[in-house]
Amino acid sequence: MSDPGGSAGHPSGDKRFKMLDAALRRQQYQSDALLEILHAAQELFGFLSDDVLTYVGRGLKLPLSRVYGVATFYNLFTLEPKGAHTCTVCLGTACYVKGAGDILQGLTEAHGVKAGGTTADGQVSVVVARCVGACGAAPAVVFDHQLTGQQTRAAVLERVKAWRSAP
Amino acid sequence: MNAEELQEIVERELARQETRRHRVAVCTAAGCLSLGSDRVKAALVRGVEEAQLADEVEVFGTGCLGLCEAGALVQVDSRQADGHVCRCLYEKVTEARAVELVRQHLAGGAPLPSGQLPLDDPFFARQHRVVLQGSGVRDPERLESCLAAGAYQSLQKALTELTPTDVIAEITASGLRGRGGGGYPTGLKWSTVHKASGPKKVVICNADEGDPGAFMDRSVLEGDPHRVLEGMAIAGYAVGAEQGFVYVRGEYPLAIDRLKVALKQAERLQLLGNRIFETGFNFRIDLRIGAGAFVCGEETALIASVEGRRGTPRPRPPYPAVSGLWGLPTLINNVETFANVAEVIRGGGAAFAAVGTERSKGTKVFALAGKIARTGLVEVPMGTTLREIVFDIGGGIPDGKAFKAAQTGGPSGGCIPAQHLDLPVDYESLVQVGSFMGSGGLIVMDETSCMVDVAAFFMEFCRDESCGKCVPCRAGTVQMHSLLQKLTHFEGSEADVAQLEELAELLKATSLCGLGQGAPNPVLSTLRYFRDEYLAHVREKRCPAGVCKGSAPAASAGAPAAEVSP
Repeated sequence: MSDPGGSAGHPSGDKRFKMLDAALRRQQYQSDALLEILHAAQELFGFLSDDVLTYVGRGLKLPLSRVYGVATFYNLFTLEPKGAHTCTVCLGTACYVKGAGDILQGLTEAHGVKAGGTTADGQVSVVVARCVGACGAAPAVVFDHQLTGQQTRAAVLERVKAWRSAP
Repeated sequence: MNAEELQEIVERELARQETRRHRVAVCTAAGCLSLGSDRVKAALVRGVEEAQLADEVEVFGTGCLGLCEAGALVQVDSRQADGHVCRCLYEKVTEARAVELVRQHLAGGAPLPSGQLPLDDPFFARQHRVVLQGSGVRDPERLESCLAAGAYQSLQKALTELTPTDVIAEITASGLRGRGGGGYPTGLKWSTVHKASGPKKVVICNADEGDPGAFMDRSVLEGDPHRVLEGMAIAGYAVGAEQGFVYVRGEYPLAIDRLKVALKQAERLQLLGNRIFETGFNFRIDLRIGAGAFVCGEETALIASVEGRRGTPRPRPPYPAVSGLWGLPTLINNVETFANVAEVIRGGGAAFAAVGTERSKGTKVFALAGKIARTGLVEVPMGTTLREIVFDIGGGIPDGKAFKAAQTGGPSGGCIPAQHLDLPVDYESLVQVGSFMGSGGLIVMDETSCMVDVAAFFMEFCRDESCGKCVPCRAGTVQMHSLLQKLTHFEGSEADVAQLEELAELLKATSLCGLGQGAPNPVLSTLRYFRDEYLAHVREKRCPAGVCKGSAPAASAGAPAAEVSP
C-alpha cells in the first residue's frame, strides 16, 4: 500500500499497467481523478477486472470499496469482458418511438443475445445506451465506435451477422 | 493576447476568407456524421485538390445546420462578381454527389439543379438563432475561424470595459434563465455566488445532457465549443472564480474531443489561463468526463461525480452557490445558458430581453424528434406556440397520421395533447399543462404511439437511473414501473391505476432530488390527458394504438391504429 502510485508496475509485466501508471501520473495521483483513471483503465483493458480495480485503488490511495462502488455505479464502466465488437443500440425516446425496441428484439431472435450480453461465440456484445444524442437521425446504432443513423432491423442484423462470420 | 493582436488575427482571417470564391461548410454534428458527413467532407476536400481549386475554395466542418433528417448537409456560400454572397444548402449529400458538386458548382460555377433545400422554408426562415448563430459560420476546430466570427469579443469587452458587478447587472437585465430546465434566474444565481464569501470559487458547466431525446447541448459543444468556454470565463470573472470545469457526458466522445481541442487553442492564445487580455484576470478550465449516470445532471450529484465519487445527490440547502465543489461556492449552469452569455454582453441585457415573453426571455433551442417530418435542431423565440414549432417549422406529422402528443422535458416532463397546441412555449405555460421545459427535447408522437407504453418507457428509465439513495425514488420507481407493466400486459385493474396515481404524488412530494420528484410527471400527464387509453388497457384489455401486445386475446391485441381519435 505504501508504494507511491503503484509506479513499480504490475507483477505480471503487462505493458498496459505501465500506461495506466502514466495516466495516474498525469492526474498526479489525485483521488478526485478516480473517474478519469477508470476511463483510462477501461480503454486499455476493455473492462475493469478485480486486478485493475485493486491497482487503481492502490495508485490513488483509495480503499477498494470506494473504487468498486464508483465502478459499479456508472453505466459506462463494465466489470465483464466484452466481445470483439460492440453493437450499441440507442434506446432514447426518439429512437424508441422509431423502432429501436424492434432492433433489439431482432438481435435476440436472430443472434440469441440480449441487451448487456455477448453472443455465444464471443464476437459481438449488445449494449443499450440511453440516448446517444443523434435523435434527429433516429433510430441510431453505434457499431464499435461508429455512430450510424436511420437504422433498420434488417441492416443491423446484417452487420452483426457479418461480424460473426468474419474469420 | 491583447485587443490589437486579436483584431489582427480577425482581419487576417477575414482577408483570407475573402480570397475564397466558395466557402463550403459540411455539417459535422452528430446527426450528419451518423449519416456519413465525414466521408462527404473528405470527398469534397479530395475533389477540390484534384481540381486544383484549393486557393479558391475552402472546405470546413461546422456545427449543426439544423435539419438532421436531410443529412448529410452541405452549405455553399459563393461570392458573386459584385461581392454578393449566394447561399445554397444541399441535402442528403453522398460521396458521389460531393464529386458532382465539385465539378459542377465549385469548378463550373453553376449550382446543382436538384437536391437543394429552399432557404425560405419556414424551418429556416422562422428560426431566430442566438445560441446556434455560429453553426455554418464557425469551424469548431479552427480558433481563427471562430475569432473572425466574433468569439471572445464579449470576454474582452467584459474584462476591459465592465466590472464584475456590471456584468451581473447585464445578465440580470437580460432576464436570462437557466436553460437546463429549471429556469432559475441566471443573474440571481451569479450574484449569489459573487456575494458568497471565500477566497476560492468554482464555475461548473453542466454538460451532462442525459434527457433521452435532447441533443442541443451536444450540438453546441460540438459545433461551437468556444462559445461555451467564453461564457464560462465571463461567469468566472463576474463571480470571482479562477477555476472552471466542464462536466461532459462520456457518451459524447466527439464533444469531448472538440472541447479538448478548443481548450488547447484558447490556452495557446491566452484567451484562457493567466492574465487574460492582459488584465489581472486568471481563469482555467478543466474537463471532467461523466460515465453514464442520468442522476449526475442534478447539481449536487454532479459535484459528487466531479469529486470522483458516486454521483448521488445530497439535500439542499446548503446550495452549491454557498457550498459546492470541495465546499467552495460554486456556480453551476447548463451549456445552453453559458452559450447565451456572450450575446448578452455583446448586445446588452436590454436588447436580449427584447426577444421572448414577459417572464421567459431570449430564445430556446429545441431538439425536434420522433414522428415529425423534419427532425432536427431549431432555435425559436420563447413564446412560439407548439403548433408553429411542430407544424410550421417541423413540417407536421408524416404519412398522413394525426398528431397525438408532444413530449417535452424528458423523463421529468410530460405529454402535451393536441388541445394545447396553441400554447406559447415558455417555462410557466409548460408547467401549467403538466409538463416541463427540461433541456429542450421535443418528441412528437402520432396516433401509433401508446401513451401507457410511453409512460412505462420513461418509468423504466427512471427506475434504472435512480441512484438508490432515497427510498421513495428507489422503491417507488420500481413499483410504478411494475404497475405500468401490468397495464401494458393487460393484467391491470382500476385499483392499479388508482395506486399508480397515489404513488406518483408520493414520489413527487418526498423524493430527495429532481430525478425522483420528476419521475412521476410522464405518468401524471398521460393520466391527465389520455386516461381513456389507460382505461382501455384495463377494462377492454386492448391497446387503442396497437402497441401493447401483452397476453390479450389476439383480436384486440392487433387493434388497428385507425380507431384512435387524436
